[in-house]
Amino acid sequence: MHPSHTILFPLLGAVWLGCRTGMSRKGAGRFALVWALLSLLLACGSPGEEWLLPWMPDAGMNLSFRVDGLSRLFLVLTGFVVSFAIAASLRDERAGRGHHALVLVMQSALFGVFTARHFIPWFLCWEMTLIPSYLLIRLWGGAGAPKAALRFFIMTLGGSAFLLVGFLALQLSAGTMDFSELGKLAADKQLTAALAKTFAASGLSGHTLLSIIALAVFLGFAVKLPVVPFHAWLPAAYAEAPAPVTMLLTGLLSKMAVYGLLVIFLPVFSEVLPALAPLLGWLAAATVLLGALAALAQTDLKRILAYSSVNHLGYCALAIAAAAAMQGDRSALAAALSGTVLQAFNHGVIASTLFFGIGILESRGKGRRGLGDFGGLRARTPVFCGFFGLAVFASLGLPGLSGFIGEFLIFAGVFALTPAMAVVSILGLLLTAVFLLRMMRKVFWGPLKPSLADWPDLTGFERLLFGLATAMIAIPGLFPQVLLRFANPAIIELLDLLRPTP
Amino acid sequence: MTPTWTISSAFAGALLVLLPPARMAGSARIIALAASLVGMIAAALSCLARLNHPDAPVWRFDAPWIPCMGIRFHLAADGLSLTLLLLTGLIAVAGVLFSWNVEKRPRAFFAWFLTIIGGVYGVFLSRDAFLLFVCYEIVILPKYMLIAIWGSTNREYGAMKLTMYSIGASALILIGLVAAYAAAGATSFDLLHLAGADYPAAMQAWAFPVLFLGFAVLAGMWPFHTWAPTGHVAAPTAASMLLAGVVMKLGAFGALCVAMPLFEQGLGLWKPLIAGLAVVGIVYGALTALAQKDLKFVIGYSSVSHMGFVLLGLAAANHWGLRGAVLQMISHGVIAGLLFGIAGRVVYERTRTRDLAALRGFDLWRSLPGAAVAFTLATAASMGLPGFSGFVAEISVIVGLWKVYPWLTVGVAIGIIITGAFSLRALQKTCFPARPPADAATAPPLPPLTWPEISAIGLLLAVSLAIGIYPKPWVVLIDDGLRSPLFQSILPLP
Repeated sequence: MHPSHTILFPLLGAVWLGCRTGMSRKGAGRFALVWALLSLLLACGSPGEEWLLPWMPDAGMNLSFRVDGLSRLFLVLTGFVVSFAIAASLRDERAGRGHHALVLVMQSALFGVFTARHFIPWFLCWEMTLIPSYLLIRLWGGAGAPKAALRFFIMTLGGSAFLLVGFLALQLSAGTMDFSELGKLAADKQLTAALAKTFAASGLSGHTLLSIIALAVFLGFAVKLPVVPFHAWLPAAYAEAPAPVTMLLTGLLSKMAVYGLLVIFLPVFSEVLPALAPLLGWLAAATVLLGALAALAQTDLKRILAYSSVNHLGYCALAIAAAAAMQGDRSALAAALSGTVLQAFNHGVIASTLFFGIGILESRGKGRRGLGDFGGLRARTPVFCGFFGLAVFASLGLPGLSGFIGEFLIFAGVFALTPAMAVVSILGLLLTAVFLLRMMRKVFWGPLKPSLADWPDLTGFERLLFGLATAMIAIPGLFPQVLLRFANPAIIELLDLLRPTP
Repeated sequence: MTPTWTISSAFAGALLVLLPPARMAGSARIIALAASLVGMIAAALSCLARLNHPDAPVWRFDAPWIPCMGIRFHLAADGLSLTLLLLTGLIAVAGVLFSWNVEKRPRAFFAWFLTIIGGVYGVFLSRDAFLLFVCYEIVILPKYMLIAIWGSTNREYGAMKLTMYSIGASALILIGLVAAYAAAGATSFDLLHLAGADYPAAMQAWAFPVLFLGFAVLAGMWPFHTWAPTGHVAAPTAASMLLAGVVMKLGAFGALCVAMPLFEQGLGLWKPLIAGLAVVGIVYGALTALAQKDLKFVIGYSSVSHMGFVLLGLAAANHWGLRGAVLQMISHGVIAGLLFGIAGRVVYERTRTRDLAALRGFDLWRSLPGAAVAFTLATAASMGLPGFSGFVAEISVIVGLWKVYPWLTVGVAIGIIITGAFSLRALQKTCFPARPPADAATAPPLPPLTWPEISAIGLLLAVSLAIGIYPKPWVVLIDDGLRSPLFQSILPLP
């Protein structure tokens, strides 16, 4: 067993699917599901040793991957959401070999993103998610998919281009793009000095240079997360993609940005973060509020949930911005960072469950997904209503379910670090409850629409999937330690970098 | 197999394909394939040998040629030349495979084709400026013939424009070379001798731009690039592959190995302008490609954009920049060859159209899935996604650029984004239907990919991926070449 096995395993499955031209749609689906479940198992058990391949060794560029506790958490999330999405796409008549192969390629890339220790392999995998997700939206999406996919691709590529150029400046001045080496240099306050020395001709101070680079890198993450105003690609892409693909987009692709902000952005740019923190903080607060307000104004169920994702991930951005301020005590910082990890994991599970539910509505409703198209479903499909309601309540942060703990920790941390932003963002929490409950009311409560009178309740397979997802929502809600145990060593490492104990 | 096998196999092949009688004209392609395979294998083996024995003396062949003028037949194969030989060999093999179905006068076609290949091998191996110039000129006539006889859209115009540009550029090169020869004592055309001579600053100030421009025209430097798109479009598939894949590299190679080492002070004077033009070329080429209606024009303008990276690396004139420039020469050679092969042979020969709007109706994703997958991967490679060769080259150039002109990196980032946009637009319009089809596909069935096509696509894609995932051997070879005494004045050894 070796980390390379974990990372390459899904890709192998994709190649196999690609070569088996005679495979039936059903066979391909079953194969992909089994393969994704196996890679989930591999992700749980992959060892912590390092996988290193020389790339351009004379410049210190190597493809290095290592699984630590935090990565493992995200690997498990990846394995879970991918398996969930493949299972959800089994009933889709159009999703065949190509669809599943692309999903598996994406899984390999995500595994790589969550374990890479050097910029080059990380960026390789980060960009490798782009083509499969573009194709999945473009080829299996709805009528507006071509435009949505193009916009998604170009905006993401645009963010990445600036991120890449920024990091290459660090390679030139610091002589390395290894994340932990860059983090150490930053902790010793040497990064600004190195930049000032390399770019002495420009006449700018090292601090200004590093701030420019930090903003360029942040842009890359901000598009992916997304942070307002870089979210313009998101609603259309989430709405036009078929529901299983949206599960991947919201459950995993946005988490790449959260992970990147935590593991790369905070440690590497710690020297200039206090100066940037107010900007990042207000952007995050705007994301929380505008995401919620926009969700209130939507009538398309998928778009409501899309903006709800913007809103929920805004909390992660908020916690990161608060941590960037570098004030306050260690415990508040620890709360904010742990909250970010939990929020990322739990949002991944909850949002993919919600989109799974919307997918069921969409397929039974022959493509309808307007807020007014449904009503009173509780009477016809009580089991569905129960499972979906549970996910909705988890999403709006009901204590005891998993959505609560992340937001609670984030607010506990942010209040101590930057109270003003916390107060503004807490409005977002109220609005979240309003639009989510409105959705519940319109779809499930009230009088039953006559056109829905013959709707069947969930099939056994759908019940099984919902049941598993509910377990994934309930257990971390009741025992958050299950997740925190994995993340803690990495969070303490990050704390030591950001706020060394005297 | 010594590197001479490359040149001799190409020229021998060019003669041999003329031998079979008219009724067996089809066998010409087998001879051509054999000849180009020999060249490619010789180049690959020489590369491996160089990697295994990096400290061995560089292979060279040095014999007097025109003694009264001090002109020698001087060939040498350091790592830089070897990688470019390998690129030429790859493009030659892929070009023959993509031309498998040429029915019109196949013997003459492959004879001209192999003559170009031989001339290109000669340029990459020459260490004597005169010999290099002769090989450079050998390429011009066959280019004209290939386009004018076997070409398509606007072929006479494209061929003539290309030839005029080439001859004009050659005149500039000749002026620069003769000036250097006279100023260095009129005793030798040897590149090392010319590079070692001391030229007055005033002369460098005018001779450098003359010589550099002469070469840069062929490398597609904006605003002297206009021959490239029309030439690429007019040419038959194999000739487009050669033009974009290796002929443009001749210009870049000349600029790197002749113009820059000879007049290093002139380089210092002019390089801000070159860098600026290169960035304009990157952005302009990409924007123009965004507006094209013909698939081959998209690829033609993308070549201009990609060659901008080569010129940018040259203008940076530091280790990262030069290494990136050579990597981009190889990477673009492979990727442009692949794109032209798919667009010109695989798609056009089946659909008989290159119009992006018309191609939508064919819904290639369903009617020709193999080509659609190949084109998707080639597009990903072309937009410089990591894992493919373009990425390695681009980051090297950008690191080199940060060192000298940090502000230009913003222009490059914008260029990368527009490159993404036009590549994706071409991909969308070529392979995917206008909207996701609700009902069963109406696309007419197209003949599936043939084996020569599959092997050519596989070969080029594999090389691009190999460079992207494991660039080390290529970088080692290129660095070996950059350590040559020729570049001492630009890149002093630490």
